[in-house]
Amino acid sequence: MKLRHNKNFTAGAVITAFMLAVILVGMVWTPYDPNAMNGAAKMAGPSLSHPLGTDNFGRDIFSRVVEGAGATALIAGATVAIGLAAGLVIGGLTGYYGGWLDEIVMRLNDAVAAFPSILLALVLIALFGQGKYNIIIALGVLFVPSFARIVRTEVARQKSLDYVRSARLMGAGDMRVLFRHILPNIVPVLLPSVAIGFNNAVLAEASMSYLGVGVQPPDASLGRMLNEAQGYLLSAPWYALSTGAAIILLVLGFGLLSEGMGGGYGAG
Amino acid sequence: MALVEIRDLRVRFHSTGKEAVRGVDMTIEPGQRLGLVGESGSGKTVTAMALSGLLQRGSAALSGQVLFQGRDVLTCPREELRAIQGPGIGVVFQEPMTSLNPLIRVGCQVEEVLRLHTDLTADQRRERALEAMVQVGLPEPEVTYEKYPHQLSGGQRQRAVIASAMVIHPKLLICDEPTTALDVTVQIQILRLLKSISVRYGVAILLISHDLSVVRRLCESVAVMYRGRIVERGNTEDVFASPQDDYTRRLIAAIPTRKRHE
Ligand SMILES: Nc1ncnc2c1ncn2[C@@H]1O[C@H](COP(=O)(O)OP(=O)(O)OP(=O)(O)O)[C@@H](O)[C@H]1O
Ligand SMILES: [Mg+2]
Repeated sequence: MKLRHNKNFTAGAVITAFMLAVILVGMVWTPYDPNAMNGAAKMAGPSLSHPLGTDNFGRDIFSRVVEGAGATALIAGATVAIGLAAGLVIGGLTGYYGGWLDEIVMRLNDAVAAFPSILLALVLIALFGQGKYNIIIALGVLFVPSFARIVRTEVARQKSLDYVRSARLMGAGDMRVLFRHILPNIVPVLLPSVAIGFNNAVLAEASMSYLGVGVQPPDASLGRMLNEAQGYLLSAPWYALSTGAAIILLVLGFGLLSEGMGGGYGAG
Repeated sequence: MALVEIRDLRVRFHSTGKEAVRGVDMTIEPGQRLGLVGESGSGKTVTAMALSGLLQRGSAALSGQVLFQGRDVLTCPREELRAIQGPGIGVVFQEPMTSLNPLIRVGCQVEEVLRLHTDLTADQRRERALEAMVQVGLPEPEVTYEKYPHQLSGGQRQRAVIASAMVIHPKLLICDEPTTALDVTVQIQILRLLKSISVRYGVAILLISHDLSVVRRLCESVAVMYRGRIVERGNTEDVFASPQDDYTRRLIAAIPTRKRHE
């Protein structure tokens, strides 16, 4: 992994750092309460007091975008965390032990991965109901196969390297070999996939909430807001535009980071 | 009692259905240095892996007996195997670039086997590791101890691997093409080092190589392997002087003349 002199990586880092800073600040402070209505300032255009204007309830759009971006990033982060954690365990064990367990789990994996993830997520949502936590679980489960496959492939490769063989020969137990030796060494391969997975989760959340099957009011998220904003596309275009820009910046930042880290296999 | 006694070892890989080792018999006495030579694919590494217990039962069908200090490696329970072999066998692989974990400090890796098989305290382990690092000729052991593998040269890395294998003073050191990846001067230094370790601690060495001249530098006896079988064995100089097998003759003929008369 060569990071120096890498424009993609630098640009991605700058954008991501900016978005993370805005989101983190937004968690403790926003110019207005994102949900505070103000009858006196409905559908106001951008101004000094409301940099992105207000919506039909007089809520400050900038504050809402910041909060929505935070919520979306959290959902995406949690989704990736679930997919990654389960993927590490499943991929780690199947890659390490191989054999029939590996065959069965990977065929199952293929079966799940064969469907578009959004479609499966919709099915899961239909089964378990809507809402923030169900979205996270539904998407998280769908992310497991791709992470498991990447981890499995890489663990199987590392397993045959001499340093692993000599650790085993010295009498290190399987778990020690897997967790102390192999898994830390696959991080460089995993990072780009984590970044791409995060992006896919952001987009999946946005599309599902936009379609009205994801995050529900009063919870905010970028997808939710895009759904709201669509009603005011003509009267308040800055609402949809700023929400869209937040999505693009989030995805672009991580996309460039992943690109800068040398690509990676898509997750999710 | 012989340190290692292999009787009619056969290994057939499930994946290919091919028999890679077809009835190998071999004995290694304590402190003996035995060379195992043969062309690529003749089954040298597979034989050594079977001996070190590294062949996974799931991937190949093994038959015969592989006795290490009288215990059959092929049938003995895993835990027991670990307790005999972990401290009993050290391995040095061909590729010093991949023989060390890139993310763990060199010193820590040299100590690893002590951590797994002794009750030494952290300080005592460190002491032993530094001692081993001095013995294998690593410069500034205190500094090298803290380094990561990528900060060492290929030759230094191979020395570190040897240190990690010998720090516990095993009974047998298996060296699978330990010098193939190194340039000639370093190669000779490493072979000298292995010899001095063997003599000093009475460690037996199984040296695997496709190069008879490398074996000749280190080993008093040699076994020639061809297509999964041992076709000739004996005192290295005798085999050199009057090879009995046709294949051995060809192997000797393949050594550049300059080296042959060294
Ligand atoms: N894991 C495996 N699965 C299937 N076949 C294998 C496996 N490992 C080795 N073989 C086969 O067994 C035979 C012997 O291989 P081995 O590695 O012992 O050769 P070698 O004598 O060490 O050769 P080299 O000098 O190239 O290292 C080869 O034909 C090889 O293809
Ligand atoms: Mg080999």
